[in-house]
Amino acid sequence: MIFSFDLLINAVVSGILIGGFYAAVTSGVSLAFGILDIVNIAHPAFIILGSYVAYIINTDLGLDPILTALLMTPLFYVLGAGIYQIYYVSFERRGQESLRGLAFFFGLLFITEVSLVLYFGVDYRYVNADYIGPTWHLGDVELPLRLLVPCVVSLVMIAALQLILTRTYIGRAIMAVAQDQLALRLMAVDPIRIKRIAFGISIATASLAGAFLIIIQPVEPSVGRQYIGRIFAICVLGGMGSLPGTVVAAMLIGIVESLTSTFYGPSWAPAVSFGFLLLTLAVRPAGLMGR
Amino acid sequence: MSVRTPAFLAICLVVAAVVFAVSIAVGNDYVFFAGYVVLQYVVLSTAWNILGGYCGYVNFGTAAFFAMGAYSTVAIYKFTTGDDAYLAIPVPIPVLMLFGGVVSGIVGFGMGYLTLRLRGAFFSIATLALAVVLETLVVNWDYVGGSRGAYIIRPEQIAPIGSYIRYLFLIMMLLAVAALAIARLIERSRLGFGFATIRDDELAAEASGVPTLRLKLIATTISGALMGMAGAPFPYYISYLQPDSTFALDYAVNSIAMPLIGGTTSWVGPLIGAVLLGTVQQIITVTISSAVNLLIVGCLLVFFVIVAPNGIVGLVHTYLQRKPDDFVGRRHVDAEAPGSVP
Repeated sequence: MIFSFDLLINAVVSGILIGGFYAAVTSGVSLAFGILDIVNIAHPAFIILGSYVAYIINTDLGLDPILTALLMTPLFYVLGAGIYQIYYVSFERRGQESLRGLAFFFGLLFITEVSLVLYFGVDYRYVNADYIGPTWHLGDVELPLRLLVPCVVSLVMIAALQLILTRTYIGRAIMAVAQDQLALRLMAVDPIRIKRIAFGISIATASLAGAFLIIIQPVEPSVGRQYIGRIFAICVLGGMGSLPGTVVAAMLIGIVESLTSTFYGPSWAPAVSFGFLLLTLAVRPAGLMGR
Repeated sequence: MSVRTPAFLAICLVVAAVVFAVSIAVGNDYVFFAGYVVLQYVVLSTAWNILGGYCGYVNFGTAAFFAMGAYSTVAIYKFTTGDDAYLAIPVPIPVLMLFGGVVSGIVGFGMGYLTLRLRGAFFSIATLALAVVLETLVVNWDYVGGSRGAYIIRPEQIAPIGSYIRYLFLIMMLLAVAALAIARLIERSRLGFGFATIRDDELAAEASGVPTLRLKLIATTISGALMGMAGAPFPYYISYLQPDSTFALDYAVNSIAMPLIGGTTSWVGPLIGAVLLGTVQQIITVTISSAVNLLIVGCLLVFFVIVAPNGIVGLVHTYLQRKPDDFVGRRHVDAEAPGSVP
């Protein structure tokens, strides 16, 4: 096989673009799992839900999927806050989150997925937007807008999240709740309210991530499962709750996956993230940018 | 209530013999096809419960361990049968089960060794990812059929029993009895008490000198091995094995839902959950559809973890405890539910 420099550059570039999308997918989990310690394995299901909402509105009203997702974030926020309330009352308060809380989210994952299958069937769905077809060329490097647009919007979203977390009162309270709930309570802040807000934000990111997903590839209800391993691998590799770490880890996994599928074949790509996950857990559980 | 293990085994075998006799009396082989699936779930949920219920570590990778057993059978089948076989000796199913058990046990041990030193959630996530990776490996492994799947020719008859499905049913029943006996034995031994300390407060257990990592590794290995053994006869049951359906998340959700619905603290819970849910599923799959059946399992799982955290066994206990019956009352002390915050 002749080693082609073109192929390598293009694989790396598309890895970075996909990585930007992975960062959006993972940011919600970084918030929920990394900061709040809620193992929300149903996150991919909410992302698929976001994809289907974007799909419905795009086919019925012709609205841009990303704009739709942005408009839908309040709805997802409320959904997330509601789920956290159930989770808190049923598990966290009773101290049963480890076993039954996990099973609860696993059940949610299944209910969402099967409901979507029953309603929409297992056909692949896709959206229409002006930027889905064309590709920009920079010399030999190809930049498909289908990947570039989600990547850029995703980075903007994560930057906004990072600003909220570090600069606003609510954001600092969210960071504080991860460190010391009692201290927060002594400052007259209700940690449960803060956690509810944070989990709401975490699910709200799924709305946008879902729109990105359906722009990048056609979606059917069980696609989300492929992301479970990837999401948590990125979250752990990025250092659990560090958003800059999440972006770096997402790009890294995006590049390695893209290289694997270019040079070894796409059927091997799913194994990459798991390899990374196991390696990280075994060698450096704190992740790349862990505190 | 202190029935000794040999006596317990004898009781189980009698019950199993009665079930088998009744199934034959029905005179329709479909009973065996449906019953096999229910028994398979008895084994899977009992195996899951050894790690999940006793130690409190959630394994999402039931499908992976199950499929390891199934695919080790396919590999041996290819090796020993057909035109391009290396050794033309048909391997009996019990041997295949042992082999599948060993393979899955080793995988369980390896997984556990890498992830069990960290908090529980990491182990759960790693098991979830394990299923994806093993599926990738199988899809890329042409010898066992790859993504096309593999055919296994099921013999029509087997000497003393008659039709082959009855033989498979009988084998799965014996495995179920063995799994229940192992679970019950663990529950009443030092090992079981060690597991319970991990579930209740791992840090305190570690501080009191309980070798938590070693105990967790034992639990993972036993649990994985039993799941592999349940998977080994599966290719002969289904006769066409394909990665998508063998690694289906259905196995994971069922083997988690069944113990949680039945009750996770004792061997009875997974048995009740598997028999109940397994039978209902068989009926729904035939009468309505298999997608609806998964939806029902999901809803039941969520409902039970929220409303009845200790499952059906827990509900029965609370109901019985209201009555001033001394004998019944004393029984709960040793089967006290976990996680009940004072």
